[in-house]
Amino acid sequence: MELKSLTIDAARSAVQERNTSAADLAEAFYDKIENDDPKIGAYLTLSKERALAKAEEIDELAEKGERLPLLGGVPVAIKDVMVTKGVRTTAGSKILGNYVPPYDCTAVARLEAAGAIVLGKLNCDEFAMGSSNENSAWKPVHNPRDLSRVPGGSSGGAAAAVAADMAVAALGSDTGGSIRQPASFCGVVGLMPTYGRVSRYGLIAFASSLDHIGPLTKTVGDAAILLGVIAGRDPMDSTSAEVPVPNYVAELEKPVSGLKIGVAKEYFGEGLDAEVRKSVEAAIQKLAELGCEIVEVSLPHTKYAIPTYYIVATAEASANLARFDGVRYGFRAPEARTLSAMYRGTRNRGFGAEVKRRIMLGTYALSAGYYDAYYLKAQRVRTLLTRDFEEVFKRVDAIVTPTSPTPAFKLGEKVDDPLAMYLADIYTVTADLAGIPGISVPCAESRDKLPIGLQLLGKHFDEATILRVAHAYEQAA
Amino acid sequence: MKVTEKDVAYVADLANLDLTQAERDRMVRDLNSILEYIGSLNELDTTNVPPMAQISDRLGVDESRRGSERFAYASREDVLEGLRKSLPHDVALANAPDSDGTFFEVPKVIER
Repeated sequence: MELKSLTIDAARSAVQERNTSAADLAEAFYDKIENDDPKIGAYLTLSKERALAKAEEIDELAEKGERLPLLGGVPVAIKDVMVTKGVRTTAGSKILGNYVPPYDCTAVARLEAAGAIVLGKLNCDEFAMGSSNENSAWKPVHNPRDLSRVPGGSSGGAAAAVAADMAVAALGSDTGGSIRQPASFCGVVGLMPTYGRVSRYGLIAFASSLDHIGPLTKTVGDAAILLGVIAGRDPMDSTSAEVPVPNYVAELEKPVSGLKIGVAKEYFGEGLDAEVRKSVEAAIQKLAELGCEIVEVSLPHTKYAIPTYYIVATAEASANLARFDGVRYGFRAPEARTLSAMYRGTRNRGFGAEVKRRIMLGTYALSAGYYDAYYLKAQRVRTLLTRDFEEVFKRVDAIVTPTSPTPAFKLGEKVDDPLAMYLADIYTVTADLAGIPGISVPCAESRDKLPIGLQLLGKHFDEATILRVAHAYEQAA
Repeated sequence: MKVTEKDVAYVADLANLDLTQAERDRMVRDLNSILEYIGSLNELDTTNVPPMAQISDRLGVDESRRGSERFAYASREDVLEGLRKSLPHDVALANAPDSDGTFFEVPKVIER
């Protein structure tokens, strides 16, 4: 079976019509991973036993001629920040190097309930903190399009696995751009749903008010299918919203003609690579040709998004990561003689440099005397950033921007300059802060054959519109 | 506000991190460079802008109710094992670096 460009429906149909079996298809992916992944580094752990058990279940259904569920037999992979019962889950960190969770993340459980075959766990920046995947404690990920370049981050393994046909689709997580930016670097589709659209239960927390789970896929249609499976209220996550889930796939085919698409000048300023600008401008022209009305808008507080994010996200991270103390699970510094020395030794040796940097920044911002100046200030600016979108969405149905200011950069290029690395998320973080959905869809290639991504941002709980526009663009491009 | 080595040592202490001298030096540099950038937030007058902790503040809440009652959709009955069963003892201890089978074990807390 040809794995290249294999979509969800094609994989499911092949298993349904018994052109292949779910087990054979999974094995074909494992062969591909064995051959190709040593040079890419997308996978951290393979869950072969679990995958083949599920495949057997699906094959029994297919043999009986029963209609397979939506993802029946479809091989997928999961970013290593989502817990999987019985399958090692590290969050890309040494501190969870030997952690085998006793329960499943809701999003993963929903994929499996819909028949998906979970091939394994995908490499990522440690605790999803990074924009290049170079903060993984285990190994870097190489961009399948150019092995000397990063795949983006933090869902770098997820984007690379889908781009290199080592999974039909993947689940990633996005706190500041971690689904959309790697999707754009690797030339795949990445969707961050509205905050509360998808349960976070079983997602190892980085910044709880900003963390989102979402799909990385080869097509917009596949992203719509996966979102439909994982979306919806989950009593195990009190922030998951009680908002009806539409049929995203049916919504894709509605016309885009007459939709108003905003273009915000703040997303086309200093720092935007000339080739990326040209490609995104051409894409906007294409949307106009499809009958969309292009409207100039302004999101005046945009330049404050990165500073706001690095206070809010690190403050929440410093609290969330306090649970890693070497007592109940994970790594423990073995030589410590006192409890206090055990905590400190465990955390100092268990966490990598970027994680420590963010814990320190967050702890500082929350500490006595600085709380008002930093944390409270950032929360107030977060309101302003959210109001910017609320104003603009009174006039337009979606906003179009570049996903990232540049195509994929070289491994090692930004590791010594945290601030430069943070700016890789300049066009993606604002959506996380405002809780609105965003999708990155491939729109062009640079002269160096590197993918360039187009980002569409939508109203709260209106993934249907951005999926529809992205789909129309993808079909026309 | 300039972050000093003393501040770094104090914050590392709060965060239960035992930084090496090299890590402390690097941290002074990095925190100052990041905080200088973050200082741009002070260009904005936010006197009358309410802080936002959660996007859920704006979505799905019952506006006719007050306080935490507004988030009634997010609550559940307070019953034993309401949403899922507690983990069996052995499963809860399975990932422990050190355990006697009943409790998690840690180094001595009080020196005699």
